[in-house]
Amino acid sequence: MGLLARLQQALFRWHSDGSAPLRLGQRRIFIVPSRPGLFFAVALIVMLIGAINYNLALGHALVFLLAGLGIVGMIHTFRNLHDLVITPGRPEPVFAGETARFPLTLDNERKAPRLALELEAVKGQFVEAAIAGESRITIRVPLPAQQRGWLALPRVRLSTRYPLGLFTAWAYLQPDMRCLVYPAPIIAPLPEPSQAQSGSTRQGEGGQEDFAGFRERLPADPLHHVAWKASARQGGNAPLLIKQFAGGGQSELQLDWAQTDPTLAAETRLGILAGWVLAAEAAGLRYGLCLPGSNQAPAAGDRHRQACLEALALYQP
Amino acid sequence: MSTPARLALDRQTAPWLFASALITTLPHFLHQPYWLSGLAALLLFWAVWLWWKDERLPGRWILLFLVGTGCAGILIEFRSLFGRDAGVAMLVVFMAMKLLELKSRRDAQVVVMLGYFLLLTHYFYSQSIPTGLWLLVAFWLLTATLIRLHGGYVSSRQETLRLAAKLCLQAIPFMLALYVLFPRVSGPLWGLPSDAHAGMTGLSETMSPGSISRLAQSADIAFRARFDGNQPAKHKLYWRGPVLEEFDGTTWRPTAGRGASPALDNLSPPLRYELTLEPHNQRWALALDAPMQLPEGVSLSSPLTAMLRQPLTERRRLQLAASLDYRFNVDEAPGTLQRNLVLPPGANPRARDLARRWREADSNPSSLIGKAQALFAASFTYTLQPPLLGEHSVDDFLFRTQRGFCEHYAAAFVFLMRAAGVPARVVSGYQGGEANPLDGYVVIRQSDAHAWAEVWLAGRGWVRVDPTAAVSPARIETGIADALPFGEPLPALVQWRADWLRGLRYRWEAINNAWNQHFLGYDPQRQRQLLSRLGLPDADWRSLASALGLTCALLAAALTAWSLHRRPKTDPAWRLWQKALRRLAKREVDCAPWETPLALAARVRTQCPELAETFQAVVDAYLKARYGNAPNHLKDLRTAVAQLR
Repeated sequence: MGLLARLQQALFRWHSDGSAPLRLGQRRIFIVPSRPGLFFAVALIVMLIGAINYNLALGHALVFLLAGLGIVGMIHTFRNLHDLVITPGRPEPVFAGETARFPLTLDNERKAPRLALELEAVKGQFVEAAIAGESRITIRVPLPAQQRGWLALPRVRLSTRYPLGLFTAWAYLQPDMRCLVYPAPIIAPLPEPSQAQSGSTRQGEGGQEDFAGFRERLPADPLHHVAWKASARQGGNAPLLIKQFAGGGQSELQLDWAQTDPTLAAETRLGILAGWVLAAEAAGLRYGLCLPGSNQAPAAGDRHRQACLEALALYQP
Repeated sequence: MSTPARLALDRQTAPWLFASALITTLPHFLHQPYWLSGLAALLLFWAVWLWWKDERLPGRWILLFLVGTGCAGILIEFRSLFGRDAGVAMLVVFMAMKLLELKSRRDAQVVVMLGYFLLLTHYFYSQSIPTGLWLLVAFWLLTATLIRLHGGYVSSRQETLRLAAKLCLQAIPFMLALYVLFPRVSGPLWGLPSDAHAGMTGLSETMSPGSISRLAQSADIAFRARFDGNQPAKHKLYWRGPVLEEFDGTTWRPTAGRGASPALDNLSPPLRYELTLEPHNQRWALALDAPMQLPEGVSLSSPLTAMLRQPLTERRRLQLAASLDYRFNVDEAPGTLQRNLVLPPGANPRARDLARRWREADSNPSSLIGKAQALFAASFTYTLQPPLLGEHSVDDFLFRTQRGFCEHYAAAFVFLMRAAGVPARVVSGYQGGEANPLDGYVVIRQSDAHAWAEVWLAGRGWVRVDPTAAVSPARIETGIADALPFGEPLPALVQWRADWLRGLRYRWEAINNAWNQHFLGYDPQRQRQLLSRLGLPDADWRSLASALGLTCALLAAALTAWSLHRRPKTDPAWRLWQKALRRLAKREVDCAPWETPLALAARVRTQCPELAETFQAVVDAYLKARYGNAPNHLKDLRTAVAQLR
């Protein structure tokens, strides 16, 4: 940590703000003249000298009015941040190489709008925001996700120059927010299902070969699975029936760390696994994931896919 | 180079900038050369047109060419780029040019700053009340432009103007504090450019036929006077300007060089008064005849004119005293008397002839004066439009035209007296004045400019004789408006006779005078007076600066506290509900943000069973007060909350 960073640490007492809503109080907001503000001050001095030199009473009045405007502008710039309530949200996971977006809800309890707010998480990248009076908006602070794993939101600088641009007021936010970054998927052909896995007999809807009986239809079952004749025999008010088959699980797939080329780098192998997970999910297969030290039982669906990707993201070789 | 989107200028900002440029440059069109106004208007129009058509702004070379053209024009017109007028012209050109270069927010900021700067330059030309009001309007618009610039396209016009008005109003207390307490320095800090005081009107140092009648056609105020006691009669108010002793046939001039200081016997008690002189760029102070006590910086010349040390370039107040009855230089130096008998050789033979005949009949000076006055009273006309006079101007006037203004009468009278052997000279200045009943100030305008004569009589010294009084007594008794027939080119302001018009004029001038005296005339001396009245005697700049810092800090603190104060929600039901929640929090039952009152009540029933009943009552009353439409539920809620202990 450099000297400057250490000084800033001591001065601004950086620490996590937690995940609770935080209200910007007077101690959190800093304010200094901006570059146009300094220019304005120099112009005022020149104008004052002119007014004295030509003995212009109205010139004095103008310069003093401008000086008053500067002070008032400072207060209003400060006020543009003061009492703003910031609530951290939950960022959606992304793949490495994409941009993570951290949602922050800014709540303006005042009647007056707050305009020209700028959020800066990465130096030079600004997100602009304006909040109408007595309302709230949600801002997604972008942050490039480069590595898999947890991506924490760094310190965010919330700044404004509104209304006059003569002062810059800012506050540092460090809400406790992190975004899960999955490994960047690498497109590769799916591995052949291994015999040992596919041989296991399981009860379920996967197979459609050996008739095993009827069951009542659940709302999620597609209409073409309904056994219309059997249902008609049941009578008017009875629920619809669905044929059940004993599974022939040839479409069950076990994705294994060991199946990837061991000569490749670990990150590449994780990428290949992530690509397989996506491909398997897209093909509507049941799949499991086996990593050294962790194992996801075969299943399908969004939650399963997320669980697999999370395991890949957090895998420690 | 492209501008980052964050710093780019949104399209709808441009009309604000055009309006700002227009309001700050427009009044300068009144006194600028036409070509410059035309150029600025053309550039402005071009910028608006480009914006309207959404076309590209002109390239750098075109702009450079335009700047070059503008500067060259200014250089040719004013022979400089840095004088007062040339500097203002440059600013106007820059302002118009900047509109063709609006690319980023920074450009727009420069326009607003230039606008604030241009506001200042208007006060070189006028510091009247309308200018002051216009200052406020222009200031408001510029500030709104600045706000709009930073607020971006989401800010509505109305909201922007309202915020700008709010900021300006909040800035005014600071301005007043600074205006009163900022240590005043009397300028100038260094030499002013030579055109700094151009365009002032007033008496000139010489007098020729027509010079005063031209001046009299202006209604501008020359100075104001306020008497400590009663105002003397109008016909006694002779405000003395330069005394003209040398005559070359057409023009009267003062004698160069210093003479002996005047010897004065005052025969009446001092009449104290205060003069507020408008700048006329000359040294005379226009004191009332005869000046007794002079303030510092004012001295008497040998012909009894009160003179300032420097030409008067700004409004100035003087405390003076006069003796209306006096004897002046009873023992005059022979050289001076000789000088006041000299006539240009060969000029005006008929007038000389007339004077010689008068003297042969009766050489007593009083009878000579009487004869001249009788001559004027008989067949002469007092007019602002005298016919042109020939080579022998006095002969022409006396025997041919017989129509003239005060300078004709004074000049002819002095000529006749000198030709008859009585030392005489012309005195120019102002006569009379109009008292404003509202504030008690006597207003003396350029239209009150006057010329009269002074003759030297043995044993009595220099005696004032006003030949105009013989022609038109009304001029001296009541003023020029009554002395001239209708149709003379007098300013309308002076001619107004109707009472209501006059009343309006009095009111307007009294307001103007108060503005001049108290606002514009606030100088280091006034500041000291005011501060000692406020309990800060002999304030030096250090105590002023600390008083100023303290006042501004207090103002800023008050404004900060007021604007940052979180006003409680005004809904009384909501406030009572919050109170109930605070009481609940003491029992360690906290309401989560997502919890509805009913859900909270259910939770209280399990967590705090002893409170369940009273809290349920609170919830019922709150829901009824908040969402029902019966107003008396508020009372129920209040009692329910009170029972929640």
